[in-house]
Amino acid sequence: MNKPYNHTTATLALAKASFRSIMRSPSAVVFTLAFPLIFILVFGFLGGGGVKVDLAVAPGSDLQNPVMQALEHTAVIRLIKDKNNEEIQNELEKGHYAGVINIQKSGNEKPEYLANVSYSAASIDKGNILKSVLNNLMYTLNSKDLKPAVAEIRESTVQGRTYRTIDFILPGQLGFSLLSTGVFGTAFVFFNLRQTLVIKRFFATPVRRSSIILGEGLARIGFALLGAVFIIVIGHFFFDFTLIHGVTTVLNMLILSVIGLVVFMGFGFVVSGIAKSESTIPPISNIITLPQFLLSGTFFSIDNFPSWLQPISKALPLTYLNDAMRQIAFEGAGLWDVRQQILIMLIWGLGIYALAVRVFKWE
Amino acid sequence: MDQPHAIISVRNLIKNYADFNAVKGISFDVYNHEIFGLLGPNGAGKTTTLEIIETLREKTSGEIYVDGLSVDKDANAIKRIIGVQLQAAGYYPNLNLVELLELFAGLYGVKVKPMEMLEKVNLQDKAKAKYKALSGGQKQRFSIATTLLNSPKIIFLDEPTTGLDPQARRNLWDLISEIRDQGTTVVLTTHYMDEAEQLCDRVAFVESGEIIALDSPDNLIDQLISSGFERKKEVKKANLEDVFINLTGQQWREG
Repeated sequence: MNKPYNHTTATLALAKASFRSIMRSPSAVVFTLAFPLIFILVFGFLGGGGVKVDLAVAPGSDLQNPVMQALEHTAVIRLIKDKNNEEIQNELEKGHYAGVINIQKSGNEKPEYLANVSYSAASIDKGNILKSVLNNLMYTLNSKDLKPAVAEIRESTVQGRTYRTIDFILPGQLGFSLLSTGVFGTAFVFFNLRQTLVIKRFFATPVRRSSIILGEGLARIGFALLGAVFIIVIGHFFFDFTLIHGVTTVLNMLILSVIGLVVFMGFGFVVSGIAKSESTIPPISNIITLPQFLLSGTFFSIDNFPSWLQPISKALPLTYLNDAMRQIAFEGAGLWDVRQQILIMLIWGLGIYALAVRVFKWE
Repeated sequence: MDQPHAIISVRNLIKNYADFNAVKGISFDVYNHEIFGLLGPNGAGKTTTLEIIETLREKTSGEIYVDGLSVDKDANAIKRIIGVQLQAAGYYPNLNLVELLELFAGLYGVKVKPMEMLEKVNLQDKAKAKYKALSGGQKQRFSIATTLLNSPKIIFLDEPTTGLDPQARRNLWDLISEIRDQGTTVVLTTHYMDEAEQLCDRVAFVESGEIIALDSPDNLIDQLISSGFERKKEVKKANLEDVFINLTGQQWREG
């Protein structure tokens, strides 16, 4: 009995209990793993193609000619054959096809073929792409044997890493997974432990309050990191998610995840303190998570937002987590390179924990 | 005769909430190795008094010593030598009984075998069950198991038998007596006078924040009789609960 009380033992016992509990909680597993994975699967299979323009081939068009062959080999263009005039007309009016092409022998020696192209007014941007592809193609075909009169273009492409949809989507999903685990998980756990007097029973033991917070935090961080590794591994091996420096990149991402999670847990503490009943937790949590879900570049780059919205986006902590995560994963940045993003997250953390200390309730 | 040793001593305890005075200057001692009952209607201040002694609640004034330790200065040392069962407390969600006991062992900083603790309260068959899935009597027995983890000198039980059927109640009385016999002091609250009469060595009646009587159940009854009190109806040698137990059997109906 005279053995000194060990606070580390108590903290670890709490962390272990909490971790077991989280692993058995369906909502935690769904929010942290299933949702992000579903989004990654959907976008993983959708993405990767870049721009595609549908070009219908009119029935009766000549198919054995250099133009058609060149079109077949143009990656941007998908040729649609075997459709009758009525179907083609229908799709053109809806803007699904960018245009229709009909190639016929001219009967003359030069030019040997005539290519009639109609564009769809319902799809002007794709029509323009098609127009420039066709012009380029015709120019190449027609000038094959000619010496350029003014200047010759010598094109080359800088070899770069392929930036796939997954490279954008995965860090965003990871960030959002951390946000929901941090906010919802923390808010529910502390609210419920308080309501069911579990915390009060803890207080009848020699455990410190800091051990309760720390134990819970450790469990949640452990769980979130497990989720992060799972998401990164699936992304990397099934969808070619880019990890420039391999394991080092993963470690950097995990450290960043911990920073993000600790900040987001601050929101959770605040929510658990201000919620009057269990049913008010989801709406309050959603007020915090949904705007970040939409405005922090989870699905689309914030550069696409109207200029009045951008300052709001640039104020949210998830924006900086997502940004830092993408730089680390795709551009191979180190943690020091994203110190500005980390600093802004830490400032958010300071603010939110200052608020949490005021509103958090133990009983 | 030996002067009994007071393991808890409460002197002039006062607890005022913003709008009412819950405890109005009560004093009493709890002796070593006894079962001490705090009796009284709801809102009389029993739970408040108990929670102040358990160091879970601040008092307004007064002095309390638990095994020589002051609740003001040595709250943490007190927590290490007491076991507390709260009224209506829940347990960490999603964990089974063994895991919950492991958690509490960690919180108390002691090494115990969870199965041995469960055997003490006859719950070894429920080791893998969740707390929520237990019957009322099993829940109370499990709560008592969590109070015994740190081999405490005193355990506090707040209405341990409320809501239990007669079999489970008697079974719990046996368990509580056993704990006392093994040398642990027990402080409990109850609404049931038959329970207090059977189980408690001494009882204190609490009414509106004051102790209005304190003695052994026998003495209190004798005092009332000597004042000329008589029951209106002749007492029979058995009561309806005896009939119930006789008809439905002594064994527990839990499983």
